[in-house]
Amino acid sequence: MEKALFEYLLRLGDDSLILGHRLSEWCGHGPILEEDIALTNLSLDLIGQATSFLDYAGKVEGKGRSEDDLAFLRFDKDYRNLLLVERPNGDFGVTIMRQFLFDAYRKPLFERLVHSSDETIAAIAAKSLKETKYHLKHSSEWVIRLGDGTEESHERIQEALNDLWKYAAEIFYEDEVDATLKEAGVLPNMETLRADWEEIVYSVLKEATLETPDNNWKQEGGRKGLHTEHLGYILAELQYMQRAYPNMEW
Amino acid sequence: MSKKEWPLWEVFIRSKQGLSHKHVGSLRAADEQMAIENARDVYTRRSEGISIWVVASANVFASDPNEADSLYEPANSKVYRHPTFYDVPDGIEHM
Repeated sequence: MEKALFEYLLRLGDDSLILGHRLSEWCGHGPILEEDIALTNLSLDLIGQATSFLDYAGKVEGKGRSEDDLAFLRFDKDYRNLLLVERPNGDFGVTIMRQFLFDAYRKPLFERLVHSSDETIAAIAAKSLKETKYHLKHSSEWVIRLGDGTEESHERIQEALNDLWKYAAEIFYEDEVDATLKEAGVLPNMETLRADWEEIVYSVLKEATLETPDNNWKQEGGRKGLHTEHLGYILAELQYMQRAYPNMEW
Repeated sequence: MSKKEWPLWEVFIRSKQGLSHKHVGSLRAADEQMAIENARDVYTRRSEGISIWVVASANVFASDPNEADSLYEPANSKVYRHPTFYDVPDGIEHM
């Protein structure tokens, strides 16, 4: 049970950590000043969530690892994030589409996790839900603007959707970790999670005049620690300081 | 690509303690909804407020600084408009 809980907390924490890092790469590169700040705000929200989840993961594990140890001193195969969140930023459309597909999952997920029998998870979910509602609003509106915008913006965000679609299926990956936690009541009923995600995604894509890709090829592995080549580069940058100067603080 | 800039918006924020919205700055956004969100991201990051107004800068009609003399100078010589000529009775505090 503790092992499953630790594993699940890594999934939650690593999703937030890696996507938060990806968004931080936009700092100083946003298409306009206001959006530059908006993207880094999202990044800070996500890194805050990662801190909470990884801190709790360290306590559950009971080996004395702090959230910083977990964030900065694991190897790539120990990360449990979705492949979706480690995808490169690409153009603004790619970043927004990646964010949207993720937010559309995170909001209904947190809405369920606030009912978790685990009080710490419920509390972190309640705090994160407020942030995530705004993230989803922000990314949905941009998907609609770009999709229903100019010819070029429509084409680019459609391309982003076509490319990212194969990574979306992993969102609903489940294994014995989920089964164990469901039995313990830590995970509430997730049956309608996918339906909620689809409802959000399809209604926004429709308003954005975007076509849902018809390929159903699934690319997954992140939940099991099998990542794309991109995670290594993220970790190289993320971990550099702690690897080069162990235990440094500033 | 279009080089046209988005319209400018004036941002007003009401702080937790404040009774009125105060002008805090301006920003660019494609429409009022985006202006509100940008204002939220740019101007309320440090808990500055709990309510935002945005007004298209184009809708603000301002007084002409060149007319300042005729608009504001005349009031300077009318000190009797300030309630400073009353004798405050003894025992009245906080005046």
